[in-house]
Amino acid sequence: MSASQGSKNTNTEPWGGFDDNIIQGGGSAVVDMENMDDTSGSSFEDMGEMHQRMKEEEEVTEEAAATEEDTGEYGEFLGMKGLKGQLGRQVADEVWQAGKRQASKAFNLYANIDILRPYFDVEPIQVRNRLVESLIPVRMINFPQKVAGELYGPMMLVFSLVAILLHGMKTSGTVIREGTLMGTAIGTCFGYWLGVSSFIYFLAYLCNAQITMLQMLSLLGYGLFGHCVVLFITYNVHFHSLFYILWLVIGGLSTLRMVAVLISRAVGQTPRLILCGTLAALHMLFLLYLHFAYHKLVEGILDTLEGPNIPPIQRVARDVPVVANAVLNATINSIAAIVQSQ
Amino acid sequence: MAEVEESSKPLFAGLSDISISEDIPVEGDISVPLGSQNADNDLSTLDEPVKDTILRDLRAIGQKFVHVMYPKKSSALLRDWDLWGPLILCVTLALMLQSGSADSEEDGRPQFAEVFVIIWFGSVIITLNSKLLGGTISFFQSLCVLGYCILPLTVAMIVCRIVLLGGSGIIGFAVRLIVVTASFSWSTFASTAFLADSQPANRKALVVYPVFLFYFVIGWMILTFSPSH
Repeated sequence: MSASQGSKNTNTEPWGGFDDNIIQGGGSAVVDMENMDDTSGSSFEDMGEMHQRMKEEEEVTEEAAATEEDTGEYGEFLGMKGLKGQLGRQVADEVWQAGKRQASKAFNLYANIDILRPYFDVEPIQVRNRLVESLIPVRMINFPQKVAGELYGPMMLVFSLVAILLHGMKTSGTVIREGTLMGTAIGTCFGYWLGVSSFIYFLAYLCNAQITMLQMLSLLGYGLFGHCVVLFITYNVHFHSLFYILWLVIGGLSTLRMVAVLISRAVGQTPRLILCGTLAALHMLFLLYLHFAYHKLVEGILDTLEGPNIPPIQRVARDVPVVANAVLNATINSIAAIVQSQ
Repeated sequence: MAEVEESSKPLFAGLSDISISEDIPVEGDISVPLGSQNADNDLSTLDEPVKDTILRDLRAIGQKFVHVMYPKKSSALLRDWDLWGPLILCVTLALMLQSGSADSEEDGRPQFAEVFVIIWFGSVIITLNSKLLGGTISFFQSLCVLGYCILPLTVAMIVCRIVLLGGSGIIGFAVRLIVVTASFSWSTFASTAFLADSQPANRKALVVYPVFLFYFVIGWMILTFSPSH
């Protein structure tokens, strides 16, 4: 008894030892209750501290105490009870383990939520102001501009963009062979947001610009507000000239805003040029891509890629006769629009 | 401990020499309360016919439907949440959206999956969002409320299909538009009525926006649905 107790006290994980005993299954609570009457006080002390644990463990402890003392006299008896008790113990142990796993998983989830909570700590009016500000470039490049590290607005804008893209895909009759529209839309939007943010952050790190990942995510996320507005309008009103005007004005404003922030936070001509050129090109081209990819064209492109397996009913791109000319046409149109606007 | 483990191994060897006579009363005392405890917990539902159980559950679901159709400040949806109603509504909606829109076989399956994923994924996102904004509602309560509040949209879907049977002219579209808009605002209003209490007062707009977007997407899918001929 004393030897076993000593080992119990020095053990770093005393409950591991008892867990072993569950599997061993020396006896059951039946015997234990009987033996508790003639055990010494030390066993009860053990019990006292064990009562704080789960019920299963408590039973196991009693069983362990019983086993320690009565192996000699009641050995055979314990053996018989063991067969019945062992199964129960194992089941109880597995239930306990599974419960513990679930609980820790749930706890982790909640802990993660708590970690994220500060980034969602905004007021409605702040969100509204930031949405408006995302379209107003600030000409202040001597002093680093403030960027709010917040994720609510960006998340909601990305989800709005997903919904708008779904709308565009549906109205254009896009058929995606492998996968769903939903998955494509979510993948595109989140991929752009996270991918470009990480890329620009990486570039900023190389160029020694002072911006954190969180600020980058927030900046680019709010930059998507312009995209949402433009796409929402142009998916419903099909004028190419209108799209180009909006693309240049609204898309350009949101891009300028981000560029201004990056300029104010970077030092030197070349780093500024690299950073801002990359970001502006990616941002504007993404809007162009989203508009044309899911307007009326993508199906034609997909059909071309598919080759001979063209279904009998196929949509043809609305105003572009040959798909290969589509990109060229878009480029020419954009150049024309730029020339006209200047 | 090691000694104990070693000595406990041969216990199973000698099963034949057992003196049971002294131990019977002890065993009885211990095992009877254990058995009766379990029985007490389960007696209420174990002995009743299966029909009663199913009817009781169905009645609970029906009551929640009534709560959604007539939203008043009630915590019935929050107190005992279940996911049966959302599942039924979601599957019904997805089936009705799927069965007509399939131009070909390969197009039909993603449609069902899409509706299903939109509903569940959307609800989870809204729930996480409300948790992040500091809501005091539990995860499954929110899922339950959002799922049950699809009911008006499901009803709108049924109406739309009936209207579409009569033909899809401009009048039919107008009727569908009105029905879907009404049910969309109904859904948003009902879910807001249930969820708003758990949110900080100044942030309700932030919580309502994703809910609005969620039902808007579903309503829009219902409106643009057209059966193949």
